[in-house]
Amino acid sequence: MFKKLMIGAAFVSVILPAAVYAAGGGEQHVENFSFSFEGPFGTYDQNQLQRGLQVYTEVCAACHGLKLVPIRTLSDEGGVGLPEDQVRVYAADNFEVFDAVEDDFRPATPTDNFPANTGVGAPDLSLMAKARAGFHGPYGLGLNQLFKGMGGAEYIASVLSGYTGHTKEEAGTTFYENTAFPGGWIAMAPPIADEQVEFIDGHANDVHHLSQDVAAFLMWAAEPKMMARKNAGFVGVIFLTLLSVMLYLTNKRLWAPHKGKKTV
Amino acid sequence: MSGIPHDHYEPKTKTEKWLHSRLPIVGLLYDTIMIPTPKNLNWWWIWGIVLAFCLALQIITGIVLVMHYTPHVDLAFASIEHIMRNVNGGFFIRYLHMNGASLFFVAVYIHIFRGLFYGSYKAPREVTWIIGMLIYLMMMGTAFMGYVLPWGQMSFWGATVITGLFGAIPLVGEAIQTWLLGGPAVGNATLNRFFSLHYLLPFVIAALVIVHIWAFHTTGNNNPTGVEVRRGSKAEAEKDTLPFWPYFVIKDFLGLAVVLLIFWAVVGFMPNYLGHPDNYIEANPLSTPAHIVPEWYFLPFYAILRAFTADVWVVQIASFVTGGIIDAKFFGVIAMFGAIAVMALVPWLDTSRVRSGVYRPQFKWWFLLLVIDFFALMWLGAMPAEEPYASFSLIASAYWFAYFLVILPLLGVFEKPEVPPATIEEDFDAHYGEKSKATPAE
Repeated sequence: MFKKLMIGAAFVSVILPAAVYAAGGGEQHVENFSFSFEGPFGTYDQNQLQRGLQVYTEVCAACHGLKLVPIRTLSDEGGVGLPEDQVRVYAADNFEVFDAVEDDFRPATPTDNFPANTGVGAPDLSLMAKARAGFHGPYGLGLNQLFKGMGGAEYIASVLSGYTGHTKEEAGTTFYENTAFPGGWIAMAPPIADEQVEFIDGHANDVHHLSQDVAAFLMWAAEPKMMARKNAGFVGVIFLTLLSVMLYLTNKRLWAPHKGKKTV
Repeated sequence: MSGIPHDHYEPKTKTEKWLHSRLPIVGLLYDTIMIPTPKNLNWWWIWGIVLAFCLALQIITGIVLVMHYTPHVDLAFASIEHIMRNVNGGFFIRYLHMNGASLFFVAVYIHIFRGLFYGSYKAPREVTWIIGMLIYLMMMGTAFMGYVLPWGQMSFWGATVITGLFGAIPLVGEAIQTWLLGGPAVGNATLNRFFSLHYLLPFVIAALVIVHIWAFHTTGNNNPTGVEVRRGSKAEAEKDTLPFWPYFVIKDFLGLAVVLLIFWAVVGFMPNYLGHPDNYIEANPLSTPAHIVPEWYFLPFYAILRAFTADVWVVQIASFVTGGIIDAKFFGVIAMFGAIAVMALVPWLDTSRVRSGVYRPQFKWWFLLLVIDFFALMWLGAMPAEEPYASFSLIASAYWFAYFLVILPLLGVFEKPEVPPATIEEDFDAHYGEKSKATPAE
């Protein structure tokens, strides 16, 4: 009995620390959007990231910066994957950066980062998908994140598509009711409307789809090396499995001469 | 080196003799690696190797990270992202270091609780235990300062809250806090000194680890029965022990490989699970996060810190008796450090003559309750400071102290322990059968 309990305790001692997690949020509702990059086998959907980049550029970039993301990484493998010449044109067409040497603004090049944008006090989005957890609990244990993921991208998509249409005025600022935002009222006006962005391939462009595409893009922006990371994860897991098996056999053989037959 | 009789290194060639008469380093290594080890050690004894691995992993990944990190309030956060995005393999090294801290604490907690159950702290191993506790304290300091370096929101506010604890000390508290921070508030001076100490302390830990190993190599390992190895003669000792190499090295490596398998999967597939999302927001002294929560490995003691509020009668008595010098805040700080202090004093608090918990019918259940209590405190440390969690925290904290200060001293008097096996050999044979009686393979 006691031995079984101790084995149970051992199991819990490994699992539970991982599970204990700060409770947060509250009444917010985050929809569990399905993303291609979820789970250990999940990968980024290149087409979705490119659509998301377009949504960011045409909509979000008006107020939000991506100051930690180098523009050249748009051509990285395992990410948005744009050809380098397209990235060069994209940078020059869309962004201007301040050049300290010329003491003036110039068109951006791939070696620049996306510009910071602090004009209206909107937060930078470089790490937004990792800086928010969409899922919490239950009871502050964090087990939901174990099964659903951290939910940063789900949170972003839920906020973008979570406007109810109600507004209120407080201290001269308009707040918009939002089902996903903590507290229920957000200062950002509904940023996306149906068909606000047109895709070349005619992909669905209702609010729901646009929100999901840009959320996927922001997940990439926050975690551009995800594919390489999972790859390294697989190689390591396979290698360590083999190593464990070999050590198990070695250990068994090594100890065999010192162990008799079990009498109990 | 060891009190257990065993073969020592004999230099054979001329070169070996030459070196040995000048510096007996080969002999020292030989004696360390060939130390007679109780052959009945179970799988709870692998965590020492895991801990040694963790220390090496953290030092090596840390040294590489420092090559790209910038300890400055305006640049630290961006330099971490530089590592994550631009440095070759940087994202993996950083995730290894980040999650390596968690592995380190998983291992140290299992290691400590193993010692608490099997009575590894009892005479003659008190010094090993005390040094272990010092290592654990230094680990906590190092981990805390390391968490500040990325200069995220949780880094900044965690540093503010924890250094604020020192401010609770009467009279000199504020001066100490200012001295620690290098200024009136957490700022660039704080970040720089934390960086400096975060680099220094692991090497102090490494030195203490050597002393820790030295100490238990002098007394010999404890084992699940708590029965000492027979030391009358070499032949007798050899019935109870096997040399560390290759028997326990291979066994420990097997344990380590399985642990690393899980660790690697966490790093590869969910590296941010154990972290806090708020730390991906750059530190902002003007905006306090909704919940300031330490990393999971500090939560049990954080819960104890917060448990003793001004409405608890113990706190009120302390405040009355000391004329208000010990207020609720200071009481919480004393309780938090006290929770670790009672653990360090356990060699003198446990009065039982029997070492191992296996042969203590009542102790077992109190110990199990302590393990549950530890997890309960961990959970409570993450919950908001409101009812019913505040009451739960108080009960759980009370049990932590009761276990060490009341239950252990009394159990030794009232408990009727079972009789442990006479020798380690007997225990080993009971598990695996006597070799001589084994039926040969047909």
